[in-house]
Amino acid sequence: MITAGIDIGSITAKAALVQDGRILGDKVIFTGYNAAAAGKRVYEELLAEIGVTSKDVAKVVATGYGRNAVAFADKTFTEILAHAAGAHYADPRVKTIVDIGGQDSKAISLDDKGKVKNFIMNDKCAAGTGRFLEVMARAMEVNLDEFGSMSLASQAPAKISSICTVFAESEVISLIARGEKRPDIISGIHESIAARISAMLARVGVVEPVMITGGVAKNAGVVAALSKKLGVPIEVSPHAQQNGAIGAAILAAAL
Amino acid sequence: MTSSNSDFWKTLGIYLFGKAKKLSLAFKKAPTMKELMMVYYAEAKSASLSGRKVAWITSGGPVEPLIAMDVIPVYPENHGAMIGASKMGGGLCEKAEAMGYSNDLCSYARSDIACATVNGGPIGGLPRPDMLVCCNNICGTVLKWYEIQARYFNVPLFILDTPFCHTGYSEEAARYVRAQIDEYITFIEDACHKKYNFDKLTEAGLLSFEAQKLWQAVLDTAASRPAPLSAFDAFYHLALIVTLRGTKEAVSYYQNLLAVMKDRVARGEGVVPGEKYRLLWDNIPIWHRTRWLSNKFASHNACLVADTYTSAWCGVTKYIDENRFMDSMAEAYTRIYLNIGVDEMAKMVLDMIDKYDVDGFVLHSNRSCKPYSFGQLDIQRIVEAERGIPCLMIESDMTDERSFAEGQISTRIDAFMEIIKERKKETR
Repeated sequence: MITAGIDIGSITAKAALVQDGRILGDKVIFTGYNAAAAGKRVYEELLAEIGVTSKDVAKVVATGYGRNAVAFADKTFTEILAHAAGAHYADPRVKTIVDIGGQDSKAISLDDKGKVKNFIMNDKCAAGTGRFLEVMARAMEVNLDEFGSMSLASQAPAKISSICTVFAESEVISLIARGEKRPDIISGIHESIAARISAMLARVGVVEPVMITGGVAKNAGVVAALSKKLGVPIEVSPHAQQNGAIGAAILAAAL
Repeated sequence: MTSSNSDFWKTLGIYLFGKAKKLSLAFKKAPTMKELMMVYYAEAKSASLSGRKVAWITSGGPVEPLIAMDVIPVYPENHGAMIGASKMGGGLCEKAEAMGYSNDLCSYARSDIACATVNGGPIGGLPRPDMLVCCNNICGTVLKWYEIQARYFNVPLFILDTPFCHTGYSEEAARYVRAQIDEYITFIEDACHKKYNFDKLTEAGLLSFEAQKLWQAVLDTAASRPAPLSAFDAFYHLALIVTLRGTKEAVSYYQNLLAVMKDRVARGEGVVPGEKYRLLWDNIPIWHRTRWLSNKFASHNACLVADTYTSAWCGVTKYIDENRFMDSMAEAYTRIYLNIGVDEMAKMVLDMIDKYDVDGFVLHSNRSCKPYSFGQLDIQRIVEAERGIPCLMIESDMTDERSFAEGQISTRIDAFMEIIKERKKETR
């Protein structure tokens, strides 16, 4: 049986196809302003790439902020459940998940069966999310893809004390003006995210193994800073950005 | 026509409307909340014509001594709730911020301070006070808030200082608060220019005690499955126990309401169709979103069967001795929910979880209300450890609608309900 998961996030829309516990394929596109159109397009493009039609797909589950805009979904689940299912699929031993997406971040704790025990989401603030990193990368004139690796070269991370995206940006600009080294500033940015996320994780309790999912997991600097702050290793989801969509497809198979 | 002349005719109109409405209610068996509140505000707004005094008082302040002297108590916090429910809080808060008040301050305080200067809001502002009564058993903000209003209206202010009760109620605290009750009586005598009527206080005390017991009985009916009323109904019916406790109207209103609820229980009629999940609510309602939240939870077949907020107006009946009302009310007013330690609050929450047999706990982290929100993380931890039920914290504000993010809160509630449904499936 083939099932599909569609995850419409604030920045990107993801689709995944799963057949009997095996990932057939996945796809990521930008969401843009029309979540419904993005959901339809990412699904159709993935079907075409894999060479199956919508008739071959038994069930579709939608998740993410735009989940209710996906008219062709059989059911919707929140991204909490979808990320839990995706992470449990990737590694059944995982007990704690950190998901850092475009506009929110969450800490999820799982029980032995991979069921969600508890979750905490960031408050109404974009600091510590993908959007925060985008703003910072722009201020630093660095490509977001190089952001992570660049920070790993830092010897003395700069101190970013503000927890507000807007104020942190002006703080970064003044650091640039003071002539601080780029890797040190970027490393400081990652440490400030790690501090925020680890406070959230403390509220659900950190039980190993810990896995990171969501688009920001692609940033090696954030992962390193978070691991250092928590004092535990962090496993990066093999399909970090598509993890929610894969989880949704897994949940669809159980409908 | 001069403005004071037009004010007079307006007040006369309100006065006559109130008189006529009250007369018509006398022939009615069970006046509605709306009718009672209309008469209440009409009487308050035309008090200058009937020769009665108006006192503004905090929601947790001792109102019975005012009722006994025929003073009309008016509640800026109840008004704040009305402003919130009318979605006028954001605009009034902006006005207060333009006046120089920080947006970190309580939105009831901001709305009230702004409203007094423009007579805005859903009822065109509150009637001008003749005196202010401030009791700090609910928070510290009220001290500065009432000082500001005392200066603005140039009227006397009485402050009743209730020490925080971390554990128990000390002999020193008892003496300290009791002594202030005597000062309060003198303050009212001075403001009203007449001798105090202690017989009337005994009468108001008995009626207040009766109304509080009835209100508790109404809330208790939600222990039935399905619950005949939800916390959202309680938020509505609460208005009289706040504003008119100590009067006959409140007693008969809650007698009728209790009969209605008992009847619903007998018929097995629930307020949420197909009630499957029962939840407990903590903190002041998000007044501008009660309908949205009610529908949101109902769409998951979930009913908020109880809350820590509305029960605060009947949570201290155990300290009241109806035969020694004046002495015992000092203790009752000091030991209310917001003036006790976190451990005691958590114990009350655990008792409510058991009493109403709830599946989950929803905490509103209220940006405005620091004393209510401060211990919530600890209470949540205690509940998780002691009862193991899922807990959800949502961040918003009671009156300032600018502090509500629908997408985020919607996702949190959906995820919380997914966990509860999963748990119920497993235990079945």
